[in-house]
This record gives sequence, C-alpha cells and structure tokens, in this order.
Amino acid sequence: MPSDNIVELDAHCASGAERNPGVPLDLEGLEHIRVNLSASERRIASLSGRRSVKKEWQAAWLVKAISCIDLTTLSGDDTPDRVRRLCAKARMPLRKDLQTSLGIEHLGLTTGAVCVYHDMVAAAVSALQGSGVPVAAVSTGFPAGLSPLETRLREIELSVAAGAQEIDIVISRRHVLTGNWQALFDEIVAFREACGPAHLKTILATGQLGSLTNVARASLVAMHAGADFIKTSTGMEGVNATLPVSLTMVRAIRDYHDRTGHVVGFKPAGGVSDAKTALAYLILIKEELGAEWLTPERFRFGASSLLGDIERQLEHFVTGHYSASNRHPMS
Amino acid sequence: MSVSDIYETMSYGPAPEDAGFVHGWLKDHQDGFKLFVGGEWVAPHGGETITTTNPATGEHLAQFPSADETDINRAVGAAAKAFKNWSRLPGHERAKYLYALARLVQKNARFLAVLETLDNGKPIRETRDIDVPLVARHFYHHAGWAQLMDAELPDQEPLGVVGQIIPWNFPLLMLAWKVAPALAAGNCVVLKPAEFTSLTALYFAELCQEAGLPPGVVNIVTGAGQTGEHIVNHDDIAKIAFTGSTQVGRLIRQRTAGSGKKLTLELGGKSPFIVFGDADLDGAVEGLVDAIWFNQGEVCCAGSRLLVEENVADEFIVRVKRRLETFRIGDPLDKAIDMGAIVDRSQCEMIAALVSDGEKEGAVKWQPDIAIPETGCFFPPTLLLDVTPSHKVVQDEIFGPVLTVMTFRTEKEAVDLANNTRYGLAASIWTDNINRALDTASKVKAGVVWVNSTNQFDAAAAFGGYRESGFGREGGKVGLYEYTRDRRGWLASKTDDEAIINPPEASGDGSGDATIDRTAKFYIGGKQARPDNGRTRIVLDAKGGVAGRVGEGSRKDIRNAVEAAVKSDAWSRATGHGRAQVLYFIAENLSTRANEFTARLQSLTGLSRAQAKKQVEHSVSRLFSWGAWADKYDGSVHGVPIRGVTWSIHEPLGVVGVICPDTMPLLSFVSLMGPVLAMGNRCIIIPSERYPLLATDFYQILETSDVPGGAVNLVTGDRDGLAKTLAQHDGVNALWYHGSGAGSKMVEAESVGNLKQTWVNHGKARDWFSAEGESRTFMRRATQTKTVWLPYGV
Repeated sequence: MPSDNIVELDAHCASGAERNPGVPLDLEGLEHIRVNLSASERRIASLSGRRSVKKEWQAAWLVKAISCIDLTTLSGDDTPDRVRRLCAKARMPLRKDLQTSLGIEHLGLTTGAVCVYHDMVAAAVSALQGSGVPVAAVSTGFPAGLSPLETRLREIELSVAAGAQEIDIVISRRHVLTGNWQALFDEIVAFREACGPAHLKTILATGQLGSLTNVARASLVAMHAGADFIKTSTGMEGVNATLPVSLTMVRAIRDYHDRTGHVVGFKPAGGVSDAKTALAYLILIKEELGAEWLTPERFRFGASSLLGDIERQLEHFVTGHYSASNRHPMS
Repeated sequence: MSVSDIYETMSYGPAPEDAGFVHGWLKDHQDGFKLFVGGEWVAPHGGETITTTNPATGEHLAQFPSADETDINRAVGAAAKAFKNWSRLPGHERAKYLYALARLVQKNARFLAVLETLDNGKPIRETRDIDVPLVARHFYHHAGWAQLMDAELPDQEPLGVVGQIIPWNFPLLMLAWKVAPALAAGNCVVLKPAEFTSLTALYFAELCQEAGLPPGVVNIVTGAGQTGEHIVNHDDIAKIAFTGSTQVGRLIRQRTAGSGKKLTLELGGKSPFIVFGDADLDGAVEGLVDAIWFNQGEVCCAGSRLLVEENVADEFIVRVKRRLETFRIGDPLDKAIDMGAIVDRSQCEMIAALVSDGEKEGAVKWQPDIAIPETGCFFPPTLLLDVTPSHKVVQDEIFGPVLTVMTFRTEKEAVDLANNTRYGLAASIWTDNINRALDTASKVKAGVVWVNSTNQFDAAAAFGGYRESGFGREGGKVGLYEYTRDRRGWLASKTDDEAIINPPEASGDGSGDATIDRTAKFYIGGKQARPDNGRTRIVLDAKGGVAGRVGEGSRKDIRNAVEAAVKSDAWSRATGHGRAQVLYFIAENLSTRANEFTARLQSLTGLSRAQAKKQVEHSVSRLFSWGAWADKYDGSVHGVPIRGVTWSIHEPLGVVGVICPDTMPLLSFVSLMGPVLAMGNRCIIIPSERYPLLATDFYQILETSDVPGGAVNLVTGDRDGLAKTLAQHDGVNALWYHGSGAGSKMVEAESVGNLKQTWVNHGKARDWFSAEGESRTFMRRATQTKTVWLPYGV
C-alpha cells in the first residue's frame, strides 16, 4: 500500500485526546470481511435480555447518555437565535434541581457537542463560549455529498476557520457501492487533511450501503483513512441508525483497534429518540468495546429529541412521578 | 452506589425480576403438593415425598409426592377412562381446549417464567424470552393440528394412554412438546416431570383445570426414577415418550421390548459447532454462546464440540475468550446475566469430574477470570483446548457449560470429525458460502442442522436425533405421527402363521420329487456367496418334498452382508429418479419371468395357479409403486417464525435389516425390499424362513436389473438367529422384523447397542395384497427426518 497516503496530522486535537492517525489501506483484508445479518440480529435481540440497568444504575447511565449527545439542529429554517437556544440547552441539559437530587452537580454536565450546518457555526461557537462544548459542523455537501470535491474540501476549511472543532463529513456512497475502496480512502484522507486540528467524523450513510458487509468494509476504510469517529447516518436516509448496523461498526472499531492500537469513536445518528433505545446503545458499546468507550471522546449520539425523553425519565427517577415535557426547558 | 460513582465506572447493578407472586403461590402449597389424577388433586398412596430447592440459593421451594405403583395404576386408569370420550371428540373440540391452554400459558407467562427459573436455575431471560413463548407456540400450533387431524391424517388414529417422562433442563417446554401433540392427536397422558423440576408441571395442572380440560386427559404424577419405571412397565400404556439420557433411553427400550408400546426417545448429544474461515467470526462467537452457554450447557442439542478451520482458529479462540471475559454469572432472576445456576449440586459435581478427567487426559482447561457466586450451584464457562477425538471429553456428553475445541483443514475433515460420534442430534454450521453451508448440512449426520444460527426451535419444525440420540421427532406433522397409528395395518386377530395361505405339511422324511440338486447361495455385495460355515438347509415344497437347499446363514455371513451394505453408500446418494429406474427395471424383469415365479410359488406354497399368478402380478405392481415413490416422497418447508427457510427432508436410514414373513412370500418380500430401496437404503434381507427359494431365485433378477452390488444382500437361514445378529450389529441403522411375538421382543431388546430403529410385527400379519401393503408408513419407517434452518439476509 502506498504509505504516502497517510497524512501526518497533529496527533492531538484541541481536547488533548490521542487521535487516529490512520494506516495504509489494506485492500486484501477488506475482502475477507463477512458480516451475517441474521447472526447480528440475533446478538442484538439476545443482548436486550442479557443486560439491563435499573434504578441508580439506570439514572447514571442516562446521565452518561446526555454527556454523549451531539445536540443537533439541521434544518433549512435554522436561525442564529434558534441555535443559541439549542446551545443554552447544551450547556444545561438537565434541570439544576434534578442534578442536585441526583448528586451530580460537580460533573458540570453538558452535552457532548452541538451539531449544526456551516452557516450556524459562528452563532454556535459564540453561544458556547467558555462552556467547553465543542461545535460540530456537518460538511462536504451534507447530506448527499455530491457537490464538487473542491467545494466539499473548502466547506471543511471554512467551518474549521469559523470555529468548528468537529467536522461530520459524508462519504461518496458510490465508492462503496462500486467497490472502489481506494477512491473512498483517498477521499477521506483528503477530508482529514482539510480538517487540520478538527476531529473528523465520517458519516457512512449506512442505510444506503446495501449490506452489513459493506458497512463493515466502509467502516474499516474510513478508519484506515484516519477518521476520528465513524457515524452511521445523516438522519436523512430512509433507514438511519439501527442496532445491527451499530454492532457491525463497533466490531470494526474493535478490530481496527486490535490491529493498530488506534482508538476510533462511534456515533449512531438518526432514530435514537428515547431513553430505552439510548440505553440499548450504551450496553452494546460496553459489551462489544468496553466501558472505556463510554465517554464523549469515544461515543456520541446524533439526536435532537432524545434529550427530552431522558430528562423525563430522570425526573421520574428522582420524584417517582411520571414527568411531562413542559416541565423541562426546551432547546 | 451513588449515581455519580456509577457514572464514572459505568458498571452494571442488580436487575432482579420480582418473584414475590410466585413465592405466594408456593406458600399456598407449603404443606406439599398432591398428584393430579383424573382432573383432581389426590393424595398419594404412599408417604414418600421429594423436596425441591432453588439451585441458585439452596432455598427450599416445595415438597411433592413420589408416586408409587398404585398411584400410577390410578392415573393410567383415569387416562384410559378419559380416552373413550377424548379420542372421539371432534377435532374442533380438542382444538378449543388446546387453544385455551395456549392462551392460559400466555396469560400466565411471567409467572411460569419466574417459577421455572426458581426451580431450575436457568436465567429469567431464557424462561421469559425462549421457554415460555415456545410453550405457548407449541399449544397454538397443535390446537391447529387437532382442528385439522381428520382432514390431514385421515388414515391415522390415536394410540390411547401415553406415558411421558421429561427431563429437568427444559421442564415446561418439554411438557409442552409432549402434551400438545399427544392431546391434539386424541390421546390422554400420564406425565412425570423430573424430580428436580416438577413445579411448572404442577402449575400447568392448575391451568388444565382452569381450561376445563376433561378429567383424566392430562395426569401429572411426580416422582423419581422408580415412578418412571411404573409408567414404562404399565400394560395399559400404548406409548412411551421419553426425553433424557441415552443411558435411561436404553433401559426403557429394553423394558418396553415386546410390549407393543410405541416408543420415541430424545436422548443425548455431542453436537458439532462448525466454523469455516469464511464465516462472520463475531457472529459465530455469539452463536457459540447460544450453543453451549445457553441454559448452562444443560441442553441435549448443545453445540459442545467446536470444530474451527485451522486458518482462523487462533483468531476465533481469541474472540471467544474475550467474549467470555464479559460473561456475567449469577442470580438467575437477574436480568443482566448470561448464565444461571446448574440444576443441582450432583450435576455440578458431575461436570467438574468430567472436566477433571479431561485435564488428566491432557486437555488444557481455560476459564475466564470472572466473578462466580460463592454459594449455589454455579460452574463457569469452560474451554477444553488441545483435545482430539481420542479424548473422553470429546466423546462423552458433559451436559454443562463445557466446550471442546478442535480444528479441521477441509470441509471433508470437518464433516468426518462432526460425524465421529455415537450421537447425531444437531449440528451448527457457520459459513457465508451457501454452497459450503448446504453441502455440509447434507453430509452431517444430525436430525437438526442450523446454518449460521444455533438452538432454534419451533413447533412447526421437527426436532429429534439420528443414531444414539434417539428416534422419533417432535414438532410439525412428522411429530404428530408419533402419537398416532395406522387405522388399518396389522391384522389384529391373526398370527403370521395363520395368515399363510395353504400352509404346507412337512413330510419329514426329506424325500421329494426334486430332480436337480439346487443349492441356492447367499447374495452379498452383488455376488453369490457360499455360507461361511458351509452348511445348508433343506427347503420343502408344498407336498413336503425337497424343493431345494439354501445356505444356513451364520453370524459371519451377516457380518459380511452388513459390510457390503455399508460400502454400497453410492445407492444412498443416488437420485430418486435413478432409484426409480432400477425399481422399474426389477419389476420389468420379474414380469418377464412371471411364469417361472408363478410355478415356484405354486410348488412351494400349494397355491393354485391363479392365486400364484395374482401374487406375482401384484408383486410387479408393488415394485412399480415403490419405483413411483422413489422420487416423490418429498420433504417440506416449514412455516417457522424466522426470516429464512426451514425445511425437512427424508434421508435414508443407511443400512436396514429386513426379516421377511412367510405370508405371501413373494409379495411380502418385494413389498419390504421396495420401500427400503426406494428411500435410498441398503439392506440385508432375511427371506421367509419357510420359502427362501423365492428370494434366492430373485437375485438373478437383481443381478440383471442394475441394482448396485451391496444395495441388496440376501442371507437365508434361521430367522430369529439371524435377526438377533442383525439387531445386535452396531453398523445396522434399522431393523424391520416380521416373525413371532417372542422374536419381536428379542429384536427390540437387542437393538439397544446402537439404539437402531426397529419396526416389528409383534407376531401379527399383514394383508400384503391390500393398500396397507404399500402405505406411507413404509416410507416413514424407511427414512429419518433432517430439519435444516437457514436464516438469510444481508
């Protein structure tokens, strides 16, 4: 493999965590990958019965889920004020009194990031000043990724310049569907280079890749190319994050880690809208990758409505009463 | 732990299922249970009791009687009384009761799940998500069979009182597998649950009352081995259905020999779990978890022998070990565990002893470094590495969470290793190559094959084993036949001898009008063979004169014939079309020589020419019938709830011994040889002892009809002596016997060595001219069902 495809980038990003530098593309290894759908589904079905968290554990795990949310608005009618409201929620995702009752005030709980389109980056950066909450920008012609490469690269550079610390790129799905792994690798390497110090989160749009085996192969190519995170979906595909797809991706992360020692994060996005589903994801991550992956540095939910359900569940834990959404500040 | 502490560690906490309502029920019965007989709770005759404890905690759960002979007599009496009406109810009426039971199981699902977990030690996840839903599914499915019985099995009738003895590993599920088909088909049952785990059966009895099931249709009698023996030995029981160890299965086969009881045995296993290099390895690891660490490995079809392709073996084992490091063992009522408690201290000790034996033989034991509860019966998931087929632990069923690990180089070697066992219950095959998957599935000797999956069960799909894993099937239509018999079949009132038309009187002086000295030889491996001992016996004609001589077969001739049949496996791989052509060709050649066979029949049996001619003509027609069936006894695709396809095929048994009656000697000979050959078996036929010359004449027809050498072997001589050698031969897979009642008993009793399937006439005769001489029963008896599960999706 041509080693000059490996781009030497800062080994450390703004947060100080070690980054995935990427490795040469192993085309032959890709060919051996097999993922069996029914076996994956069986694992997922079985896991929901094998692990469960209750009471204090459930509360703690849901607080963890909050810390891993990329609070997201990706709408054509987004405005700076709308984004400011979202950022305020990201800074204070759970009512103060609930935090007190849970005994977690000292955690300084925030969401993992705020995720917006490029034009909203500046507003978000300004609203999150001093909070430590990074801004993530979806980029590269999100969601289809079919704009000219030149503008896609430029879009990354502009978002980074505007203060985005994370860039959620979309891959060219055609490279997967036509088996052009080298082109996919080269594309992601170029995106990685354009990111500079910003973290690269690679959206595979798994709902459009046709098979779990393709999902696994695309995941590995993205990691070889230096992705800091791999992410399931834009939220705009017909099928977004699912547990079997996530299982495939986290196993790819584990295999990559086994082979290279490099850590890559995982972000399911789209369709994770309630606390119960969020717990299923956290359990999946703990079982397949280990508890060390359950931090915002390594795991994120791409979600907009999830937080509201978690807030209600946590209030129920604290009070014993079922809660209502109007009791929690909206984003 | 505080929320913020947990936030840091992201640990799991306790997640117990509430068991309070079940303890309430147990408290209501703290004075002990009674026997459920005739729809009532009756006090046992004797005072012996059994107590049951929670194996996870040692806590006392309940006490129930150990039923004695008097109790069993009473239960069988109640069942026999109930049978009169129950068997005559319209199918729809029985369907309504089964439907009511299905609904009651669903309505009480959580209760049953918790009770089962308390009693058995298996995780609540399994009882809740697997056992109990399958129980409900089984009653639903068989409510349907009750409804459709008359239309779908018009030639079948119920058996009567059925004795059912079930194991402790899936107490309620095995009850459902036994009770639902028995009731659907119109039988009444006396069921004995295992002494470790009787509670869900006792609760089920309450559900039967709630469903308004007529008294005596279901009787639940608790007890240990002695109680089971009383059931097995009871004269008024028409069938024994047993699930349990191969050792006890053998005893039951011996005890029921000659009794006329129908028998199904679902016994032990040492099932292979085959992983090819092109499999989804992570998927296969989870499959393995479901294969050998399901129900603590206390599963007859557990994938306890891992066979992994050498090129991925190291990587695969690393993945298995890593998975086991995340295993959680503990309180079975906890919803966050992988494995619960072993059913009883004694079982735990047995597992430990076998593992220790394995280590002494050189096996390398590996267990994960995980927490095991200090009290209760727990055993960690265990790998035994560096083992070979020569190791005891690879051959013996351990019935615990212990996996043996071996590698293979090629598909052929995988199949050879997979089949290198006395058992043949199940196999799991992992590959993403469909050619390899289906080829391997066709070659493994197992009643159930799971491709890229494992331990899948459904009421619509047959389950049961090959070889010493037992015989009979549970589930689906094929399972229903185990609880019925042919409405017409054996002639009930006549003995074999009486049915012979114009039996000859022997003159006794050995003289006769035979002018040419003809001594027919045996026919073995496609060649004429002389008796090993050089002895012959005289065959008399109808007038008592000497018609000729045949060889006096001995043990060694049987040995040679079986060897020839074993080698002739190409016949079993031949296509149905190919076999049909051979059978038609045999018929054609018989037809050509009809006059000769007519004359022979006349001279040997004293039949009139017209009668003899009719028998020859019927024989030609019969051969045509079996030729016709050779490519038509299709398998079926089952409607099971998976995305995939699940099908059953009828595979040949392999080597079948056939002992022919004297009745209608030519017609019975071809009527028995025909289906055996048509279904792809090779056979050793012992022709009619009295009229062997018809069969020895026949080998000239076989020689000219393209029958491959070894597919049919003929050995003449003493019927019961040769039958005994065949019954004892472990290379013979099935034995059909037509002779005396005593001979039938002998055959059944002697078959226990390899638990070959037997089909005996109990001294009764059959009207070979009738349609019953070529019924589907012959094909069911000449085949075994293999069910293959193939989930799909990308």
